[in-house]
Amino acid sequence: MRIYVPRDTTAIALGADAVAAAVQAEAQRRGLELELELIRNGSRGMFAVEPLVEVEVQGLRTAYGPVSASDVPGLFAALENSAEKHALSLGPVADIPWLASQQRLTFARAGEGDPLCLDNYRTLGGFAGLETALQMAPAAVVTAVTDSGLRGRGGAAFPAGIKWQTVLDTPASQKYIVCNADEGDSGTFADRLLLEADPYQLLEGMAIAGVAVGATLGYIYLRSEYPLALSVLRDAISRATAAGYLGDDIRGSGRNFHVEVRLGAGAYICGEETALLESLEGRRGVVRAKPPLPAIEGLFGLPTVVNNVLTLAAVTTVLAQGAPYYRDFGSGRSRGTLTLQLAGNVRRGGLVEIPFGATLREVVDEYAGGTFSGRPMRAIQVGGPLGAYLPEQQWDIPLDYEAFAAAGAMLGHGGVVVFDDTVDMSAQARFAMAFCVEESCGKCTPCRIGAIRGVEVIDKIIAREAPQENTALLQDLCDTMEQGSLCAMGGLTPNPVRSALEYFPGDFT
Amino acid sequence: MQTEQAIAPLLEVYRSQPGGLLPLLHAVQQALGYIPPEAIPDIARAMNLSRAEVHGVISFYHDFRSEPAGRHTLQICRAEACQAMGSRDLENHARRSLAIDFGETTADGAVTLEPVYCLGNCACSPSVRIDDCVYARVDPARLDALLAELGD
Repeated sequence: MRIYVPRDTTAIALGADAVAAAVQAEAQRRGLELELELIRNGSRGMFAVEPLVEVEVQGLRTAYGPVSASDVPGLFAALENSAEKHALSLGPVADIPWLASQQRLTFARAGEGDPLCLDNYRTLGGFAGLETALQMAPAAVVTAVTDSGLRGRGGAAFPAGIKWQTVLDTPASQKYIVCNADEGDSGTFADRLLLEADPYQLLEGMAIAGVAVGATLGYIYLRSEYPLALSVLRDAISRATAAGYLGDDIRGSGRNFHVEVRLGAGAYICGEETALLESLEGRRGVVRAKPPLPAIEGLFGLPTVVNNVLTLAAVTTVLAQGAPYYRDFGSGRSRGTLTLQLAGNVRRGGLVEIPFGATLREVVDEYAGGTFSGRPMRAIQVGGPLGAYLPEQQWDIPLDYEAFAAAGAMLGHGGVVVFDDTVDMSAQARFAMAFCVEESCGKCTPCRIGAIRGVEVIDKIIAREAPQENTALLQDLCDTMEQGSLCAMGGLTPNPVRSALEYFPGDFT
Repeated sequence: MQTEQAIAPLLEVYRSQPGGLLPLLHAVQQALGYIPPEAIPDIARAMNLSRAEVHGVISFYHDFRSEPAGRHTLQICRAEACQAMGSRDLENHARRSLAIDFGETTADGAVTLEPVYCLGNCACSPSVRIDDCVYARVDPARLDALLAELGD
C-alpha cells in the first residue's frame, strides 16, 4: 500500500507535515511499517481539499481530503474495512470532476509522485522533449517552438519562438537562458507549484532552450518567499546533473548546459525582465531601457533568453508531442493551455489548466464554485496587482490574450482574485498606487513620483475634497503614468485604479 | 572583529562569482542575522565595488536588514488575494496585540513584524509566514495561537 501526502507550501500550510507524521505513527501502531510506503508527492493544486491524502491499493488511487492529523487513525480503520466509505473519500483520483475536466499538459505530472524521483519523471514521459531536441538541429528546435504558437506565460505574452530566434541569430561567445521564477503577482502560485511538484520539467525546458539557441549556462531567478521550492530545485539540479541531463556532454550529445539558482531579495520589480537581469548581475533591481533587447544584450551584455517558468516548462510538451499537438489547443492567437490560479475569496481555490477560450464566468462558476464567504461575488482582479478589476458585466469575455486586451484587461500570469460584495473598491484603487510606491524601482519619474501623488489624490477623493476635480486629476495622472513610464510597473498600475473608478464609482462617493 | 572573521570565508566564496553580490549578502545575513554596516567596506573591497554601491543594493531590497531582527519574524501578506479574505483586519489585530508597527520589533525582542507581498499561498488566504513556515487561513485567533506557541 502506498500513501501520498503532498509536500507543497499550501498543503503544508494547511497541516500536511502533521498528517504525514500521523500516517507514519499510525502505521507503526498497527504494525504496518513494512507494508506501507509513504510518498511525499507534489500537489495537484486542488487546494480546497488539501491536505489531500491519496491511498494506492493495487494500482488504484483513492483521494481523501481535506485530511487533518486527527483523521488519520479513522482513515486507517476505514481502509481495513473496505466496505465502509470514509466520510472524507473523494473517490478515485482519476474521476474527480474538478481535475478530470481540466486539460493538463504542463501540470499533468503534478501530484503523481515524488517530485525528485527521476525514474518517476521518465516513466511519466519526462525528458522525451530533451531527447528529441538533442537529435535536432538547433534551428529546427526554435522552429518547433515558433510553430507551436507558444507565447510567454509570465504576463507579456511575447511569442517565445521569436525571442529564441533572435538569440540564436545573435553571434556571441556566451549566451544565457534565464528563468524568471520571481512570481510576485498576488493570486499566482503556478510557478511555485510546478517547482515543488515537477522541478525536472523546468530543468528539461531550460536545457532544450540552451540546446536550441546555443547557451551553455542557465540561471533560475527564484523569489526568496519560496523556501521550499528553493530546496526542491537545488536537489533536482544536483540529481539531474548526476544523471547526465544537465552539465557537460548531456546524454552523450556533446552539448553542455549548466543551471544555477539565484535567490531574489523581496523586490517585486525584479519580475520585470530587465530589472531581473540587473539583480542577477548583483545590482539594484532597476529597470533598463529597451532597446537593446535582452535577446541581443541581456545578462552581462550577452544574448539572453528570459522566459517564465511555465513557458520553459511548456516547451517540453512542444518538443515531446510536436508543435501541432500543442497548437491545436486554444483560441485565436492564444495557443495551447492557460494556467489559471483561483485565489482570494473563493470556495474552491487552486490551479486550473485549460485551453484558452473559456469565459471567466465559466471558470469561476465551475471550478471556484462561488465565494468562500458565501456572499455574492462583486469584482474579479485578473492578472495580478497590475490587472484590472472586472465587474460582472465583463465576466463573459473569453480567456484569451487579445480578447482581454480589447476589454482593457490582461491575463498576465493567470491570477484570478475574487472579491465578495464587502470589498471597498476605493481602498483597492488606493492599494494599487500604494503598492507601486512600495515597489517602484525609482528609475522613471511617472512611476516613482506619480504613484505617491496617486495615493494622495485618491485619499482626497475618498475624503470628498473637490471630488470631481481630483478625479479628473487622477485620470490625468494615470495618463502620464501609462504613457511615460519605462516598464509595466508604472505603465499598468493605472489599470486597477481606472477600472475601479469606471465600474465601481459608487465606492468613491 | 567578529564580523570580519565571520564574513571573510564568505567573501572568498562569492568574490569570483559573476554577479555574486546578492548571493553574498544573503550568505552574510544567513550567518549573522543581518548585514552589519561595518561589514560594508570589506564587502565593497572584495567585490570591487564602492561602498555606496553596496549600500545601495542593501537598501534597495526588502529582504536585507541592517540591524538584527527579533528572535522570530512574522510576515503578514498584504497583497490582494489576502485582502479579499480579511487580511486588513489581521494586520490591524497584529499591530494592536504586538503593540508595534510594520518594520518594528517587540520590546522583549521576540517578534519582528514585516509586510510581505504574496507568499504564493493565495488559494487559502489570509497567509502569514513565521520564520520559515507558511500558515494558511489565519484569522486573528489563529494568529494569537501561533504566536503563543512560539513560547517566548
